[in-house]
Amino acid sequence: MNKIDRFRSSLVRSRSGFLDRLNHLIRGGELDFDFYEQLEEILISGDVGVETTLKLVHELKEEAIAQKVTNRESFRSLMIQKISALLAAPPGPAVPTEPPLFILLVGVNGSGKTTSAAKLAGFYKDLGKKVIMVAGDTFRAAATEQLEIWSVRAGVELIRQHSGSDSSALFFDAINAAKARGIDVVIGDTAGRLHNKYNLMEELNKIYRVIGRNLPGAPHQVILVVDATTGQNAVAQARSFNQALPLSGLILTKLDGTARGGIVLAIKDLLDLPVLYIGTGEQLEDFAPFDAETFTAALFE
Amino acid sequence: MFSGLADKLQHTLKQLRGKGKLSEKDVDAAMREIRLALLEADVNFKVVKDFIAAIRERAVGHEVMESLTPGQQVVKIVNEELTRLMGEKPSGLSAAKKGPQVLMLAGLQGSGKTTTAAKLAALMQRSGKKPLLVAADIYRPGAVRQLEVLSEKIGAAFYSNPEDKPEQICRIGIARAENENFDPVILDTAGRLHIDQQMMDELVAIKKAAAPAEVLLVVDAMTGQDAVNAATVFNETVGISGIILTKLDGDTRGGAALSVRAVTGCPIKYIGVGEKTEQLEPFYPDRMASRILGMGDLLSLIEKAGAAVDQNKARELEQKLLKQKFTLDDFKDQLVQLRSIGSLEDILGMLPEGAGIPKEMRQVSLNEGNLKSIEAIIGSMTKKEKVDPSIINSSRRRRIAIGSGTSVQEVNRLLNQFGQMQKMFKQMGSTEQTGQFKKLKKKMKKGFPF
Repeated sequence: MNKIDRFRSSLVRSRSGFLDRLNHLIRGGELDFDFYEQLEEILISGDVGVETTLKLVHELKEEAIAQKVTNRESFRSLMIQKISALLAAPPGPAVPTEPPLFILLVGVNGSGKTTSAAKLAGFYKDLGKKVIMVAGDTFRAAATEQLEIWSVRAGVELIRQHSGSDSSALFFDAINAAKARGIDVVIGDTAGRLHNKYNLMEELNKIYRVIGRNLPGAPHQVILVVDATTGQNAVAQARSFNQALPLSGLILTKLDGTARGGIVLAIKDLLDLPVLYIGTGEQLEDFAPFDAETFTAALFE
Repeated sequence: MFSGLADKLQHTLKQLRGKGKLSEKDVDAAMREIRLALLEADVNFKVVKDFIAAIRERAVGHEVMESLTPGQQVVKIVNEELTRLMGEKPSGLSAAKKGPQVLMLAGLQGSGKTTTAAKLAALMQRSGKKPLLVAADIYRPGAVRQLEVLSEKIGAAFYSNPEDKPEQICRIGIARAENENFDPVILDTAGRLHIDQQMMDELVAIKKAAAPAEVLLVVDAMTGQDAVNAATVFNETVGISGIILTKLDGDTRGGAALSVRAVTGCPIKYIGVGEKTEQLEPFYPDRMASRILGMGDLLSLIEKAGAAVDQNKARELEQKLLKQKFTLDDFKDQLVQLRSIGSLEDILGMLPEGAGIPKEMRQVSLNEGNLKSIEAIIGSMTKKEKVDPSIINSSRRRRIAIGSGTSVQEVNRLLNQFGQMQKMFKQMGSTEQTGQFKKLKKKMKKGFPF
């Protein structure tokens, strides 16, 4: 019991986590061994992962020496620079020469695909695009109903079928509908699946091929939806999904919690997959394109 | 399940095993490895610190130094401490003080509450109870409907009224259960962030209205370092009595299990291991600990095998195995039978590492898509070939490949796999067995498939 109590009280102190601890650390004096060790711990506690943390801290240390950075305040800007450079996405993801732009959302169960689909639809609608959504999760009970409510909120039409039907066929039909109606953007939701389920990943690959057959070059973007609270397993998720179908990048959801989503550093570092959007709440507008500098600055503000 | 961590610890401890006596330096090296492995497994860094401190204290003490096999001693210590941290014995659900037993589920968004609610109801039905599912998530679009569909699917009673406040829905649901003799009542609440004060207040109100026998925190097994924050706040604000860990059928190392248990002091009661409503299992801390250490979850496997396998057939097979007369036909039967126990992945995950199952075979078998072609390949062999695969030369291989619509490579792969399996059985029959394996063999006599 004692140990648990002690741990609890230490947690209360660090509840606001990552942010406070980093600031506290940086407000100190010189860059010493202790500083780097604490920095490592803070990055690991933000889910950055052991491998990427060690690499990052090592490189930062070298650069601090090379640039003769000796105090923590100037180290801070070096670090922000370094991390935002790591996270920076290449210029905008693929867009077809003529519409529709087809975006497919994939991810493990409960990561926030359906909500993200609606938010993304709202995002494109605000840009003045004609958008439809496809309720491709025909497996989970009431997933279609969930997206239907969202489609009303977003003011976007939904292509749907009854539960349990073949989602490949649904996507095929959706493309025909999009072509016929002069739609600019098609956003496809898919059923959540754990990346180590062979059959489910095969099914995803089939969806991918069917879409490409009916609309050459599509899906133009395949986005993996990742819950910011996820730990190191997110790397395995990104790796496996990327093997089943080529990913364009990530949507990082649930950033309104206390998790910092540090795992995206590891995913970018190890797999070169950028974050494209972030989700920060349950409302349609709690959504924004990812900006590496803002995101990094927020880590240290 | 937890396999990555098992790999790492196994590797470090293998090095320890080779040594006669442990120096403090050896212990340091092992501790460093264990620390990294646990961090990579998403165990919270503070929990890791405590864990390592506890192990080191015991490891460098005389307990190990005077032991003749210090490596094994460390394995034992790590195993014991892991088990202790996860809560010693399996823990059941508390009964109601009066009226129906109310089970309240709470957790972050997307942790799996609604699916778990239905699974819990299905579990109760299997033990002869009449559960009532109550949907109190009036916020997430489609959430009420989702639970309603699931309750129809399993044939359980359902109540909700999205016009009411969540605590009112729960109160009415419980009253209905009292009148209509439903027991237990399972309350599905909305997912919420632990820092959302208003939503946390709502949970407190629901708890007050429902007076639940259990408040179960539903935690995604893939959660990272933040698991401790959410769990601590839920426990401090609402007060939880147990944990359900979901999505353990993924390949996450599941360090969140250790973290959440450590900060709340509450037992993990069930684990979710699949999308089907029957895939909820009791949590066995000791089994999970051996699993983490790469000793495999033999007990779970044996239980499952016992439930799924025809006892006589198993005995027959056992005889064949001992006499080394296991043929490709038997192999095919086994694959079919294994599938009725669970996915091949589950099964291999439960077997101990270093139990004579070569890595290649693990990898090949993981691919369930291969199963159909394996059946086709074996189906394309002659009787003679099935009994004695050694006669399968290259022209026979070609014929089998054409006959089964596969490739020569696939035929080769299968033959290799079969050869390895035979080798493994030979090892099992030999005297060089670990204690675990002797136990396994003993159990096999009572009906283990291979």
